[in-house]
Amino acid sequence: MTIPHLLVHDNKDNVGVVVVEGLTAGTKMFCVVTHDNSSFEMEAKADVPIGHKIALSDLKAGDTAVKYGEDIGRFVADVSRGGHVHVHNLKTKRW
Amino acid sequence: MVSKYSNLTVRAYRRDNGRVGVRNHVVILPVDDISNAACEAVANNIKGTLALPHAYGRLQFGEDLDLHFRTMIGTGSNPNVAAVVVIGIEPGWTKKIVDGIAESGKPVAGFSIEQNGDLKTIMDASRKAKEFVHYASELQREECSISELWISTKCGESDTTTGLGSCPTVGNMYDKLLPEGIYGCFGETSEITGAEHIAKARAINPEVGERWYRMWKAYQDDVIEAHKTNDLSESQPTKGNIEGGLTTIEEKALGNLEKIGRTSRYIDILEPAEQPKSGNGLYFMDSSSAAAECVTLMAAGGYVIHTFPTGQGNVIGNPIVPVVKITANPRTVRTMGEHVDVDVSGILRREMTIDEAGDELIDMIVRTANGRHTAAEALGHREFVMTKLYRSA
Repeated sequence: MTIPHLLVHDNKDNVGVVVVEGLTAGTKMFCVVTHDNSSFEMEAKADVPIGHKIALSDLKAGDTAVKYGEDIGRFVADVSRGGHVHVHNLKTKRW
Repeated sequence: MVSKYSNLTVRAYRRDNGRVGVRNHVVILPVDDISNAACEAVANNIKGTLALPHAYGRLQFGEDLDLHFRTMIGTGSNPNVAAVVVIGIEPGWTKKIVDGIAESGKPVAGFSIEQNGDLKTIMDASRKAKEFVHYASELQREECSISELWISTKCGESDTTTGLGSCPTVGNMYDKLLPEGIYGCFGETSEITGAEHIAKARAINPEVGERWYRMWKAYQDDVIEAHKTNDLSESQPTKGNIEGGLTTIEEKALGNLEKIGRTSRYIDILEPAEQPKSGNGLYFMDSSSAAAECVTLMAAGGYVIHTFPTGQGNVIGNPIVPVVKITANPRTVRTMGEHVDVDVSGILRREMTIDEAGDELIDMIVRTANGRHTAAEALGHREFVMTKLYRSA
């Protein structure tokens, strides 16, 4: 079985997690949804470290980030499909 | 119902109160900070003993003092401890802790320093400690059912791989062993923030869920809202969490809750360091998310093995409870593998299922209970950290 570059918890999610070291921009990623083992391909738009997130669609500031099928915060900057998602464009709604 | 886990046994120490311990420590326990030196001297004199120095025990009052006593008595009463020498500056509080530990049925003796001085106290306490070492070293392990183990969990230096791999591994273990009759425990009150609706719904019934929610909300209102100076980022999530790719507390909380699996439900809520009284099953302990504090509280609650998922590589151990480290992060396995007991990085490569990972963890729990030293034990990690609720008088 092909080793995935990106794992997504749930089909409702709009972010996935990089699970390989040294992922570079331009990589055609093999992506797996752990909930049902479905897979898809997507191009990484940035160098993203292992454990960090990548947007699965074009997202706008104000949109809600969804992971585990749940609300994990609000985007505070736009990010395009394949782009790096982290503290520079996503923030908690809690504190 | 009989499962493939029902017949698992471990070789462990059965204490006089019927509880099962997996270690056999003779502990030298200071009542207060100023008795640390005497305790460490006794532990230096008598080989095979273990001093547990800590920072508190003076001028505490109210609920904070209750927690201090509960932690001291619970630590001494833990089944991983065979016998205890207690040393305090004065006899009153020393006796209170000795009497509390004595209820567990194990040998315990108290010594106080005022009107004796350190040197005489150390000599008297060393003689008693030597007796206890002879006693403990003749105790034999015997065959016990895995169902008699009390297994706690708390994760640390989490990252996105903990929610994908190591936390679901612990959850899978609980889904398999809780039906066999073990006691489980999870906690980390602040770290459920963002997943409180899910945690509340995982109670055994709405009444317990409502009590859980009130406990969680009280921490939010009384501690976080009262003391926060910014958005808590850099503490929840921590700098290490952020380095590992976790961005928000909601994301961290959802990964954290993977530790209670798919089918497990908690049956009651424990105060910090409180021992469970509602029978076998899963408990939530109101506790800090700081690793050493949390594991110390769960050990005082009577738990004998701790399962600790980590992403970025928290190195914590505990003096009396073996802390089993699990990671799914291949970089952590590569750069700090000496801290890892169970490598489940195969989950990220889709080479290992969560079910297989859960079985590997159960195997490591059995080996640890039988006496295998964990990475943290071999590396000498003995973090014993008291939780303090407010400033002393």
